[in-house]
Amino acid sequence: MSATAASPSAAVPGLGRRIGSLRKERRWALLTAYISLVVAAIVMLAPPFYMLITSLKTSAEISDLSGTPWIVRNPTLDNYWALISDPMFRGFFFNSVKITVCVVAITMVISVFAAFSLARMKFFGSGVLATGVFLTYLVPDTLLFIPLYQIVGNLGLLNSIWGLVLVYPTLTVPFCTWIMIGYFASIPKELDEAALIDGANWMQMLTRIFIPVALPGIIAATIFAFTVSWAAFVYPTAFITRPDEMPLTIGVVSQLIRGDTFAWGQLMAGALLAALPPVIVYAFLMDYYVAGLTAGATKG
Amino acid sequence: MALDATTATAGPAMAPARPGLTLQRFARRRSTIAFLMALPLITVIAGLVAWPAGYAIYLSTLNRRMTSFIGLGNFEILLDSETFLMVIWQSCFFAITAVVLKALLGFWLAHQLHHIPTKGQRIWRGLLLLPWVVPPALSTLGWWWMFDPSYSSLNWILNAIGAPSVPWLGEPWWARISVIIVNVWAGTPFFMIMYLAALKSVPDQLYEAAAIDGATGWQGLRYVTLPMMRNIISITVLFSLIVTFANYDIVRVLTNGGPRDLTHVFASYAFQVGVLAGNIPRGAAVSLFMFPLLAIVAFFVLRGVNQRSKEMA
Amino acid sequence: MAQVSIRKVVKEYEGGVQAVKGIDLEIADHEFVVLVGPSGCGKSTTLRMIAGLEEISGGEIAIGGGVVNDIPPRDRDIAMVFQNYALYPHMTVYDNMAFGLMLRKFDKAEIRRRVENAARILDIGMLLDRKPKALSGGQRQRVAMGRAIVRDPKVFLFDEPLSNLDAKLRVQMRTEIKKVHQTVKTTTIYVTHDQIEAMTLADRVVVMNHGVIEQVGPPTELYHRPATKFVAGFIGSPAMNFIPARLEHGSGALNIHLPDNIVLPVPEERRSRYASYAGKEVLFGIRPEHLTEIRPNDHRPNLAPLHLTPEVVEPMGMETLVHIWLQGTEISARIDPAIPAEPGRPLALAADMGQMHLIDPQTDRMI
Repeated sequence: MSATAASPSAAVPGLGRRIGSLRKERRWALLTAYISLVVAAIVMLAPPFYMLITSLKTSAEISDLSGTPWIVRNPTLDNYWALISDPMFRGFFFNSVKITVCVVAITMVISVFAAFSLARMKFFGSGVLATGVFLTYLVPDTLLFIPLYQIVGNLGLLNSIWGLVLVYPTLTVPFCTWIMIGYFASIPKELDEAALIDGANWMQMLTRIFIPVALPGIIAATIFAFTVSWAAFVYPTAFITRPDEMPLTIGVVSQLIRGDTFAWGQLMAGALLAALPPVIVYAFLMDYYVAGLTAGATKG
Repeated sequence: MALDATTATAGPAMAPARPGLTLQRFARRRSTIAFLMALPLITVIAGLVAWPAGYAIYLSTLNRRMTSFIGLGNFEILLDSETFLMVIWQSCFFAITAVVLKALLGFWLAHQLHHIPTKGQRIWRGLLLLPWVVPPALSTLGWWWMFDPSYSSLNWILNAIGAPSVPWLGEPWWARISVIIVNVWAGTPFFMIMYLAALKSVPDQLYEAAAIDGATGWQGLRYVTLPMMRNIISITVLFSLIVTFANYDIVRVLTNGGPRDLTHVFASYAFQVGVLAGNIPRGAAVSLFMFPLLAIVAFFVLRGVNQRSKEMA
Repeated sequence: MAQVSIRKVVKEYEGGVQAVKGIDLEIADHEFVVLVGPSGCGKSTTLRMIAGLEEISGGEIAIGGGVVNDIPPRDRDIAMVFQNYALYPHMTVYDNMAFGLMLRKFDKAEIRRRVENAARILDIGMLLDRKPKALSGGQRQRVAMGRAIVRDPKVFLFDEPLSNLDAKLRVQMRTEIKKVHQTVKTTTIYVTHDQIEAMTLADRVVVMNHGVIEQVGPPTELYHRPATKFVAGFIGSPAMNFIPARLEHGSGALNIHLPDNIVLPVPEERRSRYASYAGKEVLFGIRPEHLTEIRPNDHRPNLAPLHLTPEVVEPMGMETLVHIWLQGTEISARIDPAIPAEPGRPLALAADMGQMHLIDPQTDRMI
C-alpha cells in the first residue's frame, strides 16, 4: 500500500517541479530579452541623443569640461536658428530636395515599367536582364565612382546637381526594380486575364490594376529611393566641390567644419536637421520601410 | 439553319474590326512593348554600370596623365607599396570583423525581439532600427564628436566608472576599432530586421513538434531555427560583406584614413589617390581590386537566391 | 448571344505535347454546355482558347459565326468567371463590375443601370460599396458572375468557378448559376472536374479525356447510355462496377459468366446485340444502384439474384454501401439501410440486368 501511494506522490512533485521550472525558465527568458533590448536601445539611441543634447548647447557650455556632457543645462535653439537663417545651409537643403525629387521620380518610372515588363510580359533576353538587375544591385557605388567621375566630367556636369541626378539611379533603380518584380509577380495571373477580357490594354493593365494592387510595394520602393538618394555620400563628395551645388550630406560634413575651433553645436544641429526628413518618413511609414528592406531577400 | 445567313455576315464584319491584328502579331507586339518598357532600365544598366565598369578597366591601364598605356603598371606599383598592402589588410579586417559582429548581435537581438509579446515588438523594432535610418555620413559625425580627443563623452563615461580615457581616433588600433564600432552600430539593425522576418516565417508548429520530440530551447535553435534560416543568414551576410567591404562614409568622416594613412580602406584610398591626388588611373586600379572579392560574393549570393526560389517553388 | 463552333481545334505546346487533339463541338445559342473530365484532359485549355487566353495551334473557333482565332480576348465579346474569381482587390464591388464597361466607354448612366440590374439578379445590391476582401467566398463568386453579366456578352465562360467553395456553398451556388442562366439565357460554356456539377447544370455535357471528346450528350443520356468505358466510369457516383466476364451460349440463352462461378442471364431484348461476342472475354458493367437487395413485390423485369459476401459496409443514412471483392475486382452495391448487413455475412442481392452494360475490352467501347 505504501509502495503504491509513494510512487504517484514521488511522480507528482517531480512533475510539479518541472512545471515550476518551465514557468521560471520562461520568466528568465523574458527578463533576458528585455535586458538585452534595453541595453541595445540605449546603445542605439545614445549617439542621436548626444547629438541632440549638443545641438541645444551654447559653445560656452560645450567647452565647459566640468560636469557631465550628457545633459544640457541652458538649452537654446540658437544653433538651429543660425542654420535656418544661413542661406548656404538652406541652399544645401534645396539642392537635396531637388535631387531627391528628380531621382525618386526617375527611379519609380524606370523601375515600375521595367518590373512590369520583366514580371509579366517577357521578351527575348528578359531572364538575363532580371539577373542583371540583381547583379547591378550588388555593385557598390565605391567601385565605379572614379570612371563615373571621368564620365560626368566629360559631360561637363561636375559641380552640378544634375550630374548627381544622372548617376544616382545606379543606386536606386536596381533594388527598386528588383522588389517591384517581386510584388508584381505575386499578383495572380488570373487578374491580368480578367483585365484582358474586360478590354484593358497593357498600359491600362499597368496603371489600373498592377500599380494600385502593388501599392504597398510602390510605397516601399519610393521610400527606399528617397532614403538612398537623400543619404548618398560618395558621389556628391567626389563630384561636387562648390558649396552652392552641394546637397545636405556633404554640405554638412565639409562646410560646417571650419578651422580648428569646431562649432560643434551647429554641426550637430545641421546633422540632425539633415537627417530629419528620412526619420520623419520612417516614423510614419515604418511598416512599408521594413517591408521594403526585407523584400529584397524574402521575395528573391 | 436560318441563323447562318445573319451570322455569316456578322462574322466577317467582326474580324476586320481590328484589321490584321492577329493573335500572333498581338504576341509579337506584346514583346515589343515589353522591350520598350524595359529600355530605360537597360539604358541605366548599360550606360551607368556596364560602360563605367569597362571604362574603369581601360582607365586603370593608363599612366597618370592618361596619355599612354602602361598595362598592369598601376597594379604592380600598388602591390609594391606598403601603404596599399596595409589597405588590403585593413579592408579585409574591417569587413570581416564588422560583419561577424553585426551578424551575431543582429541575430541575438532578433531572437530576443521575437520572444517578447507581439504587442511590444513594433515599438522596440522602431527604436532599434533608428541607426539604420539616419544617413550614415551624418550619424558618423555624431560619433566623431563622441570620440573627440578633448571633449569625448564616451571617455567621460569611462572615467566615471573608473576606467582610463581611450585615444579613440588618435592611435591606429583604437581608430580601427572605432571605425568598426560605428559600422556595427549602424549595420546591426539591418541584420536584426532580416533575421526577425526570417524567424517569423518559421511556423510555430515546428517548435511545438520539436518540443514534443524532447528538444530543449537550445536544440530547437540548433536544429530548427538555424537550418530554416540558413539561406537568409547567408544571403544577408554575403550582401553585408559587399556593402561593408566597399564602405566609404564612416572612414571618410571619422578618420579620413588617418592617423598616418593607417586606417584607409579600398574606397577611401581610391578616393584619396584618384580624386584628391588626381591620379585617376591609379584610383581606378584601387577600386578594381574590390572586384574579385565582390564577384565571388555575388556568385554565392546568386546561388543562394536561386536555391531559395527553387525551394519555394 | 451566339452559338460557338469548335472545329478540329488542336493545342500543341512547345515540345510537341498535345493538350487538345483536334476536337469538334457545336454549341447552340442559349445553350449551357459543361466540359467535364479529369485534370489534364484539356477542358480548361479548350475554354482558354475560346477566351483567347491561349493561342490556337490548329483548327478554328467561331463565336456567333465569325472565326475568332486571331482576335484578342477583349474583342471576342466574351466574359469569364475564374476559379479564384480574379476580382480586382483595390476596387469596390461596383467598380469591379463597372471596369469592363468603363474601358469600353459606356456612359455613366448606362453603367449604373447595368450594374444595378446585375446586382439585383445576384442579390448583391447591399455589397456594392465593399472591397472584395470584405466578402465571403459565396459573395465573391456572385460578384465575379456579376462582372460577367453586366457586359451582356455573347458567351459566358466559367473555369471551375465553384471549386474554391465549401461543399454546402457549392450546392447553393450551383443552383444560383442555373437560375442566372435561366434569367439571362446567355450561351454558357462551363468547365469542371466534378461530374455532379456537370450533370446538374448542363443542357449538354461534354466528357473529355486525354485531349479528346469521349462523348457529348444530355446528362441522362450520358448516364444511361455511355459510349465508352471512360464515360461509364466517370459519370455516376459511386462509379460503375466493371467485372471481367465471359459471354457464353447456354440452353437457348446468352449468359454472362463472372468470377466465382456467378452466372447472370442477358435480357432477351439484348441477345441479338451481344450475340457476336459469345465465347469472348468482355467487361461486365453495372452501377451500384442497380445492384440492390431483393425487394418484396419488386416488379422490375430482368432481375437476377446473386449471393455475395460484403467485406466492408458503409452506412450512409439514406442507403448503405457494401463493398465486395470478386477475385481481385472490387464491386459495390447500394442497399436499403434497413437490411442488416455486416462484413463476412452473405447477402442476397439482385442485379437489374435491364441496366447492364457490356464493354469490349479491346476498344473500351460499349457493345
